[in-house]
Amino acid sequence: MSSRFRASLLLLGGIAVTLAACDREERHSRSKPIGETLPAGMSPDTIWPGGTQPPALDPRAKLYDDNAPAIAAGQQLYSQFNCVGCHSHGGGSMGPPLMDDQWRYGGRIDQIAASIAEGRPNGMPAWRNKLTDDQIWQLAAYVRTLSGQPSKDAVSSRADAMSSTTPGSLTPREPAKSSGTATQ
Amino acid sequence: MSMGRRAPLVLLALGTGACSYQNYQSTFGNAAIEARQFNTLFVIFLVVCAVMYLAVVLFLFASILRRRRAGEANVVEDGRHHLSSPLMRSALIGWSAVVVVGLIGLAIASFFADRSMAKAASGQKLSITITANQWWWDVQYNSADVSKMVRTANELHLPVGVPVRIFLRSNDVIHSFWVPSLAGKQDLIPGRDNDITIVPSKVGIYRGQCAEFCGAQHAHMALVVNVDSFPDFIKWWQHQLQPAQAPTTPEAVAGYNYVTSRQCGACHSIAGTPASGTVGPDLTHLASRRSIAAGTLPMGQGNLYGWVADPQSLKPGVHMPTIGLEPAQLHAVVAYLETLK
Amino acid sequence: MTDVRAATGWTTSDSELERVREEDERLARERTKIARDGPGLKDAELAARLDRTWRRPPGIIGWLATVDHKEIGRRYIITALMFLALGGVLALIMRLQLAEPGNNLVGAQRYNELFTMHGSTMMFLFAVPVMEGVAVYIIPLMVGARSTTFPRLNAFSYYMYLFGGLMLWGAFVLNIAPDVGWFAYTPLSGPEFSPGKRSDVWAQMITFTEVSALAAAVVLVCTILKARAPGMTLARMPIFAWAMLVQAVMIIFAMPAIALASGMLISDRLVGTQFFNQYEHGDALLWQHLFWFFGHPEVYIIFLPATGFVSVITETFCRRPIFAHTIVVLALMSTGILAFGLWVHHMFATGLPRVGYSFYTAASMTVAIPTGLQIFCWLATMWEGRPRFEVPMLYVVGFIITFVIGGLSGVIIASVPLDLQVHDTFFIVAHFHYVLIGGAVFPLLGILTYWYPKITGRMMSDALGKIGFWMVFLGFQLAFFPMHFSGLLGMPRRVYTYPAGLGLELPNMLSTIGAFVVAAAVGIFVVNGVVSLYRGRLAPANPWGAPSLEWATPSPPPAYNFPHVPVVESRTPLWDTGPEMPVLTGLRVDEKEMLLTTVVAAVPDLREPIPEPSLWPFISSVAVGVFFISSIFSPWAVPFGAIPCTIALIAWFWPKEMKRTPEPVIS
Repeated sequence: MSSRFRASLLLLGGIAVTLAACDREERHSRSKPIGETLPAGMSPDTIWPGGTQPPALDPRAKLYDDNAPAIAAGQQLYSQFNCVGCHSHGGGSMGPPLMDDQWRYGGRIDQIAASIAEGRPNGMPAWRNKLTDDQIWQLAAYVRTLSGQPSKDAVSSRADAMSSTTPGSLTPREPAKSSGTATQ
Repeated sequence: MSMGRRAPLVLLALGTGACSYQNYQSTFGNAAIEARQFNTLFVIFLVVCAVMYLAVVLFLFASILRRRRAGEANVVEDGRHHLSSPLMRSALIGWSAVVVVGLIGLAIASFFADRSMAKAASGQKLSITITANQWWWDVQYNSADVSKMVRTANELHLPVGVPVRIFLRSNDVIHSFWVPSLAGKQDLIPGRDNDITIVPSKVGIYRGQCAEFCGAQHAHMALVVNVDSFPDFIKWWQHQLQPAQAPTTPEAVAGYNYVTSRQCGACHSIAGTPASGTVGPDLTHLASRRSIAAGTLPMGQGNLYGWVADPQSLKPGVHMPTIGLEPAQLHAVVAYLETLK
Repeated sequence: MTDVRAATGWTTSDSELERVREEDERLARERTKIARDGPGLKDAELAARLDRTWRRPPGIIGWLATVDHKEIGRRYIITALMFLALGGVLALIMRLQLAEPGNNLVGAQRYNELFTMHGSTMMFLFAVPVMEGVAVYIIPLMVGARSTTFPRLNAFSYYMYLFGGLMLWGAFVLNIAPDVGWFAYTPLSGPEFSPGKRSDVWAQMITFTEVSALAAAVVLVCTILKARAPGMTLARMPIFAWAMLVQAVMIIFAMPAIALASGMLISDRLVGTQFFNQYEHGDALLWQHLFWFFGHPEVYIIFLPATGFVSVITETFCRRPIFAHTIVVLALMSTGILAFGLWVHHMFATGLPRVGYSFYTAASMTVAIPTGLQIFCWLATMWEGRPRFEVPMLYVVGFIITFVIGGLSGVIIASVPLDLQVHDTFFIVAHFHYVLIGGAVFPLLGILTYWYPKITGRMMSDALGKIGFWMVFLGFQLAFFPMHFSGLLGMPRRVYTYPAGLGLELPNMLSTIGAFVVAAAVGIFVVNGVVSLYRGRLAPANPWGAPSLEWATPSPPPAYNFPHVPVVESRTPLWDTGPEMPVLTGLRVDEKEMLLTTVVAAVPDLREPIPEPSLWPFISSVAVGVFFISSIFSPWAVPFGAIPCTIALIAWFWPKEMKRTPEPVIS
């Protein structure tokens, strides 16, 4: 085994170790312990007066926002808990559509999670005690895919169900139309 | 060859291993007509195949050990490598004939066994629908009278001697229903309606397991089958029709309040209470079952505590989330669940 | 020159005839200047000139650009053995996890990745490529040719295989390994239940290896049918060449099914088609049909070359040709054909109509008949001959003892009621390891020992070889025989743990111990192979006294294989010719060319120029590899990725000016 071959093998191994663990595919199956609920008073605002910056994104957001297993779990929960009943598959009926760029209470993932947990006027139930925080974040991550926000690598194209919308991996990106909703 | 010397010892050890436990998840269980017929057919095949194998091995050793006189083997050194003995030529024909006849015989035996199993299973009296999910079994006993339908999860009770037809559906991926002591397996395929008919013949408790890879926790998707005498089975059915008992102790009442108003009721249903979720298994008679979480843990107070507190560490990836209950809530919930007999 | 006008009735003018006559004489003068092998140019001077013509340029460019089948075959074999080692390490980890009930060495997710990677590596990255590699190395030598046909396609097939394997293992290192089993049943591998890119990586690895296998199969079919030495009629062709011919044709018919299926899976996952979505009139079972239509012939694709190996070794070490040669050839062909009619026996539990199943039971049992005949013929050869138990022959004996157990357990599971109990249990794991390790790996280890002197010029150590054989043979029995019991005692497959109290502890512990013995044995084999490169006894041209043509070259063969084209007059040429082998002379020496003969009678037919070493196969495979990998991530990769592929392929196939003096074959 020549020394050149050995050196290149070591280099390869080093690169491999540093690159190991592709976050997008990491499956997080444990919820945070009690006490780390959603920040109290998460603002549903989408307008930030006087040029102030929107609050920093909740640190849990990156565990869910572009995370393929989280989005897949959220997709299952979306049907199981009958979000489809009011929001359809994003087109909305009794509830507002989720696939467009209009977000009354904010389109950031932490704002969506807050909307699900707290409920909203005119019919959005409060799920805080019915779902765990983990499940609420997963749902929020999935809801964002309806408007094409996350990276397409993390979204699955369809569910094994009757097809009613554009495949998830081809959904056009509709960034929320309001200033200050950074971080999509 | 040392393998020949070791084999009997190993077989003895394996055989005693095979006999030293309950036979409740084993193809030697013989607890139903189908399982018995499997065993008979298996023995027939094993004997015929063993005889063939013996013939091959004997031929092999004869060829190796055969004494060849110098200058008389049909080899290149003796210049006779183009010759072969007429004995071998006739042996070839005889060998092919034996193989063909043997295989035809086995195929016919297999066909007849198959037909006889199908006939034994006709005239089904009991009908069950099992819907498989990742990673639990949703069991529903069908009845012409809707008020007599029983819904349970991960456990079957069957009356001995009565043919039962189990309809097999799946809600997500392909699973396979397999209770080896009773019968062969059948897949549960989403979008397809399969079914299997079993005629249990021995009272007892048997264990089955999902036999088609279905995701992370495929290894923990078992179900318990209780084969009861007919009166016991009817008694069980009638008990299952009762709604959940109302809780009496303050702790159980607190547990009832938690279960019906918080996360639990969103996924699980308990007959006679507001908890009416359709996502997870039915819990109405949870405490009367033998296992928790589809065979992951045996039923018991400690295991219930562990499961409710943190299912993800016992069955990582399961769809039941770890809620993060406070100690008082945990005590209350488990106290209530234990009343669900 | 005869009177053209009288002979053909053409109306040609005198001046035209004169012109043609002058051109003819000019060409004839030029042809006398062409250097050819023959009485005028032979031995050392011929060898030197041929070597200069056929040797590839040195350095990294030459290494990447090689079209020498021997180099490509060696690379295939070494790469495949590396993947064998990697897959074997995964198996050891799995066995450690299963040694005890309730063990927690690896968790569920990791275990699922392990068995997926183990199965995919062994089936797609080891078993088929190693057979291809051995064949690519030895077939031209065995049929008396200077090269394979389509040598650049040969190089392309190796690079595609390498990149597919690197992609899969790269994904494993990056923690996005597929975790859906090597067979990736839908809907589990579909978009809803397998989020992320894991299953896409698996499906594209299939695409890489299937393109590679198809390319190698085409090369082999054309080489075997057209490049044989004069006089090597189909009836005189060695059995290994027949086995590879049948196997290559099987690849051509079987691989497209899985290419289609994996393409449909990627399409479902990437752009939301509905092939496997039962709610939109797709069908989850469609995947199984397509996969197993490939999957069953796949195991025969792995097994048939191994039967070729056994025939080669048996002939040489029993000192006589195979008994009933024609029967063995017919058995190979009928196995190859019948193998396509069995696939539903993998689907007996899916609930298809029972009457249809009976057909597949009958077909599955029928396919045992040709194999049973082959076994008889090998044993009869041993009976008639005088067997010498060198290491390769030991592996043949081990093969017979082991493979027949696997074949008979296969007859057991061909029956529907029996299969319904043991399907998807460790009984099946036992069965297929008996037929794949006993039936393919043992002959492979034997043939690597047998052809090692030819490939490297040295002999492997006999002592280490014998130790390795006994360890792998006994270790294998210890590892896999108990699995028959764990399956019958109720242990399903693909479980990362099992409960105590079912009687499974003893068989699993025995299997784990046996697995480590097998691993040690493979390690000894590898050590033997590496050490013998430097310390082995130097090998003559024909150390075993074997009959076939590859042993008529020095060990290792020069770049041009044969100085003169051999002429064959029997099935066992080196046993039937005198001290001087008959040859056909007249091929060019200063340009690469080989002789093509007719398909059946091997009458000399054409001279075929062989391409010079070229980087375009490597560049094309890089372009195609980038195309395949990026199409996992975006459908735009398909139109955009096709552009570099098109450019590379156009450059590769750009017609080259014909600078050679034309000449007839027989002059």
